[in-house]
Amino acid sequence: MPKMGLSHLETSLLMALVISVVLGITTKKTESEQLRYGLKCLGYFVGTVFGLGWLMYLGHG
Amino acid sequence: MTETAKRIWSVLSTAGKWGPVVALAWIIPGGGHFWMGKRLRGALLFACVMISFLVGMLMHGYLFEWQTGDLFTTIIYCGGYIANLANGIPYLFARWLGYSEPDVAGHMVDYGTKFLVCAGLMNILAMVDAFEIATGEKD
Repeated sequence: MPKMGLSHLETSLLMALVISVVLGITTKKTESEQLRYGLKCLGYFVGTVFGLGWLMYLGHG
Repeated sequence: MTETAKRIWSVLSTAGKWGPVVALAWIIPGGGHFWMGKRLRGALLFACVMISFLVGMLMHGYLFEWQTGDLFTTIIYCGGYIANLANGIPYLFARWLGYSEPDVAGHMVDYGTKFLVCAGLMNILAMVDAFEIATGEKD
């Protein structure tokens, strides 16, 4: 089995993307609502990744 | 009979309608949506679950075994096993082809394990969505 190497950021963004798509599809009814909710989730995920990343960086000193 | 009991009975009495859809949604991620003509949704769900599962495997993630012990171990291992099993065909194929990576320390393996679990959890959401569409609760 070949081994894939992704950075922490790439892994987090990939996971955020697939989860956002699934959450958008499964929780909303119309296509525009699904798209909007998916993008909103992705924004929150990415914001959290960067926010927590900076928090850990600053907290670590 | 209470409202909840009536609703449960009504859902159970139509199991012949939604049962095969949910079973297909489990076996093939997005399959239930495809069957009901929701091709784009089905394709997107299939792609998301498969990408997550394949990335998890390529990162040599750990597939959980059923293991009981203290409460924490039971929740992690049995929950992980159920989530892995929820992947359907990809999981069964991986097991059949002998995929069995050890649970070793390391961030790549750890991420891979999370991807494998996450793929199963996403497929559970897809199954619930297929159920709601099949029972007419959702368009």
